[in-house]
Amino acid sequence: MNVVSYGKDIWQAISSTFEGMSITLSHLVRRPMTIQYPDKIPVPIQETLPRRYRGILEVDLDICTGCLACERVCPITCITIGIDMNKETKQRQFTHFDIDVCKCMYCGLCSEVCPTGAIRHSQEFEGASYNPAGLVRHFAPQTQNLYKPKKGGETDPKLVMKVDIGQKYLDEFATPDGGGNAAEEG
Amino acid sequence: MQAYLDQLIKDGAFAGMPKEVVYAIAMVVVALVVLSAFVAPLAGVTSWLERRVWARMQSRVGPNRVGPQGILQWLADGIKNLLKEDLIPAAADAKLFSLAPYVVFMGFLCTFVVIPFGGSLIVADLNIGILYILAVTSLVVVGILMAGWASNNKWSLLGGMRSAAQIVSYEIPAGLAILTIVFLAGTMSMQGIVRAQGWGPWDWFLFNNPFTFAAFFLYFTAALAEGNRTPFDIPEAESELVAGYVTEYSGMRFLFFFFAEWGNLYVIGSVATTLFLGGWQVPPLPIFENNPVLLGIAQFVTFFLKAYLWVFVAMWVRATLPRVRVDQLMALCWKYMVPLSFVCLLGTIGFMFVPSNLHRIISAATLGFAIAIAIIFFMRVVFQIRSAKPELYFKPQI
Repeated sequence: MNVVSYGKDIWQAISSTFEGMSITLSHLVRRPMTIQYPDKIPVPIQETLPRRYRGILEVDLDICTGCLACERVCPITCITIGIDMNKETKQRQFTHFDIDVCKCMYCGLCSEVCPTGAIRHSQEFEGASYNPAGLVRHFAPQTQNLYKPKKGGETDPKLVMKVDIGQKYLDEFATPDGGGNAAEEG
Repeated sequence: MQAYLDQLIKDGAFAGMPKEVVYAIAMVVVALVVLSAFVAPLAGVTSWLERRVWARMQSRVGPNRVGPQGILQWLADGIKNLLKEDLIPAAADAKLFSLAPYVVFMGFLCTFVVIPFGGSLIVADLNIGILYILAVTSLVVVGILMAGWASNNKWSLLGGMRSAAQIVSYEIPAGLAILTIVFLAGTMSMQGIVRAQGWGPWDWFLFNNPFTFAAFFLYFTAALAEGNRTPFDIPEAESELVAGYVTEYSGMRFLFFFFAEWGNLYVIGSVATTLFLGGWQVPPLPIFENNPVLLGIAQFVTFFLKAYLWVFVAMWVRATLPRVRVDQLMALCWKYMVPLSFVCLLGTIGFMFVPSNLHRIISAATLGFAIAIAIIFFMRVVFQIRSAKPELYFKPQI
């Protein structure tokens, strides 16, 4: 250890501390980057998630054909669907459509096989509950008729919109090869 | 304080009591008042402020939920730790283990006897004040070694041994830096040292000559090391030793170590203020004449702000510098700080022979140099704020 390197060591210690402390002081007057979830945020986190996010499953029963493809493909049978015949109107109807979010592993197979895009992943992820029974989502609280696709396209304006949404979902995300617009999403 | 008591005894406030009993009661009462009314809130608020400042320097928010801006966080932490189970490991030396936090705490609390908060606001103006502070803070190392040994745990023992080596080593540069001021002031009494300085920065010992300017930074660094603060916190280095000597502690005993650490920050600041920054000296304004209460408040506020500035600097250093290795720590002390503090001591002795008119010019030049450094520093901060804008602000589509 000669005199020059000794002096250089001292100078390096002083100058690096000087520079480092100026950087930390400049951070003191900047805004923090923390997002204070769940409150003190400008918009709910669900709205800021990417559209391909695999959140809790949601079902639009208005366009569900009751084909049971999702129930059959589910590897852990978290979807249970009950269908019976209404004796008065002679139409098939849902008695229950339950998804146990506890069991669901968000594999996305059900949304891939769905012909109308009725079952799909939402951006919702906040599933906290006081008991496991609270995590079973009941999508058919009352009995509801099955959707029958019409030849020549849907005419009911309310259902047209829903079918379009489902078709868009299938086109974008739920195809086996990963979706047509995946490249644009980045 | 003693003069005030003597006056009370003469007035017959404690009729029939022996003088020694009055003194003993007064000591206990003063200790309790200082502990509960000043030290405990101070250490608590310092712990909260440190977490906030540290968080903001790392672009985080820090504790902000308990009370406005989280200022009551320290009360929540204290209550939580009071209600926790006080574990003593089966293999530990129970008596030493329970005693150790109090030894550490006592070593820190005893320094408040001689800290001059104002011209007349001091518990006891000992004529060996600064030596007394050096002596009682050495008690902390006994407590830390005790905690390390009694825990019967390898991490704790390593932490305790490291702490002992570190504190004993850094006593030397700290003592030598203090000695420069003792030479200049010609006294070890804390009030005497403050009275030897003036209210203006040009009268402070910090700018007396270039060597005391360097001695101040040597003292501050050595005091940080003695207080086991980052970047010298190897006794409780969490990446190496879990938590060092506090590994086995829980509940209130655990809190006492950190109580002492945060309170010790303020002691470091007060000693630095007393020795180098003019202590409680305020300008002789006309409103302070015939108004001792106002003068006392002004002196206390001045002292408190100056001391707390260095508490803030200690937090700031903690947010900036990484922890040093054990060998680096010892090299810094023995190879760099001890020789440099000897140079400072000899240089200050040399400056005491310089005639006073030349000495004033050198003091003014030192002050100018310090102001220039401060200006360069703040220009650097402005440059950092302008140039280094973080790009990672929250975006809706990540």
